[in-house]
Amino acid sequence: MAEDISNRVKKIIVNHLGVAGDKIQDNSKFIEDLGADSLDTVELVMAFEEEFNCEIPDSSAEKIFTVKDAIDFIQKQTSK
Amino acid sequence: MRRIVITGMGLITSLGLGVETNWAKLISGQSGIKLINNFNVQDLPSKIAGTISNSIIDEEFNSKDKRRMDNFILFALIASNEAMKDSGWTPKNEHESSRAGVIIGSGIGGLSTIYNNSILLINSNPRKISPFFIPSSLINLASGQVSIKYNLKGPNHSIVTACSSGAHAIGDSFKLIQSNKADVMIAGGSEAAVCRIGMAGFCALKALSTKFNNSPSDASRPFDKDRDGFVMGDGSGVVVLEEYEHAKKRNAKIYAEIIGYGSSGDAHHITAPPIDGNGAERCIKAALKDAHINSDEIDYINAHGTSTPVGDKIEIECIKRVFSKNLKKIKMSSTKSAIGHLLGASGSVETIYSVCAINKNKIPPTLNLKDPMKESIGLDLVPNNSIDHKVSCILSNSFGFGGTNASLIIKSI
Repeated sequence: MAEDISNRVKKIIVNHLGVAGDKIQDNSKFIEDLGADSLDTVELVMAFEEEFNCEIPDSSAEKIFTVKDAIDFIQKQTSK
Repeated sequence: MRRIVITGMGLITSLGLGVETNWAKLISGQSGIKLINNFNVQDLPSKIAGTISNSIIDEEFNSKDKRRMDNFILFALIASNEAMKDSGWTPKNEHESSRAGVIIGSGIGGLSTIYNNSILLINSNPRKISPFFIPSSLINLASGQVSIKYNLKGPNHSIVTACSSGAHAIGDSFKLIQSNKADVMIAGGSEAAVCRIGMAGFCALKALSTKFNNSPSDASRPFDKDRDGFVMGDGSGVVVLEEYEHAKKRNAKIYAEIIGYGSSGDAHHITAPPIDGNGAERCIKAALKDAHINSDEIDYINAHGTSTPVGDKIEIECIKRVFSKNLKKIKMSSTKSAIGHLLGASGSVETIYSVCAINKNKIPPTLNLKDPMKESIGLDLVPNNSIDHKVSCILSNSFGFGGTNASLIIKSI
């Protein structure tokens, strides 16, 4: 399950940021390491919501800086 | 007086990618008009357009670019890229950067992006609207994206004058360099209005051709008795304008010199020109005056010639009045017969075709001109086949909804 979420999250990042899959590490920061800008991060959160059928409120989205932050948040949401 | 020359050109139209491809197809009489196949046209009276295949866009841009930018911006980037490469110029330092600007116009901008996001909002909620919706749709974002890509920090804005946008963008850029506000300007127009809402809108105006859905390449027939409206087209044309000494100093290849620019308003009607064509006439005369030349110096006119019953007639009569003394010397054609009407991109695309005419001493034809309208008698409209002809000085006309007119005069160097 965790593996599945991680792969799906990374797939979305590849698709949205146009970065190679092997560049994406769990501790990669969206803005500093993966070349996203503030608008990209808004869109990424929207894509996560769509993919995992969950809602990520702005207050939570503001705390998602790394790939791992996203995976952890989604894991918590979907295991509820 | 500072002189302004064209040192780079880039094109994407339904005839293809690049100036060379476009010119080869244009002078061999090919048409880019096809049956629209990427959205439903069954219930639309006009089902044809000069479209650009998605494969060209897919080859040039990744999924991130495509989500961030409407096609009209992507087309502008494609044309700008060719024009910049062609010019061989990039800014080398902050000063050069600050002396180079961008004006790329568009008639409508990101129409399909607005359409798609409207549908999304109706069917879902505001949280589904992408943060890229607005920057993907805004007309000045073509200029913005180009300036970001090439680090151009001079004047940066856009022109929105319907079908005159591209010509006004080049004309205003010409004036900015002339008045020493910049040394280099990337100028042109871009349009991607061939989408379901765009077609429905122009159909509602009864502006489009509807009689030739079964033979698309026959539909755009400026000055022909059977013409029944214009044909929509997508694409972009962008030129690099440069102050003459600036270009000479770096041994740039110089295509031609812009020598005159005129603009005028009809103050008459939102979509129709005044029957006496006084707006167009004042515009052409203003350009001649700006260029300090007499009408007899013009060899070739790239007509606005959209293939509408009323517009073509008024333009022909206007040309016959302004050039009455030297009508026999003039060749005039409408290249919209090959690619349709690119609205805000048409003026810049046609400027590039006209510069090619100067450089190759060849005049592109008016396709489908089988039975010329009677008002055209006495004027050579270069029917159906291109001709070899010495071209030293051209006039390119653009007239837009709202009663907005632009004329450019360009001369061999």
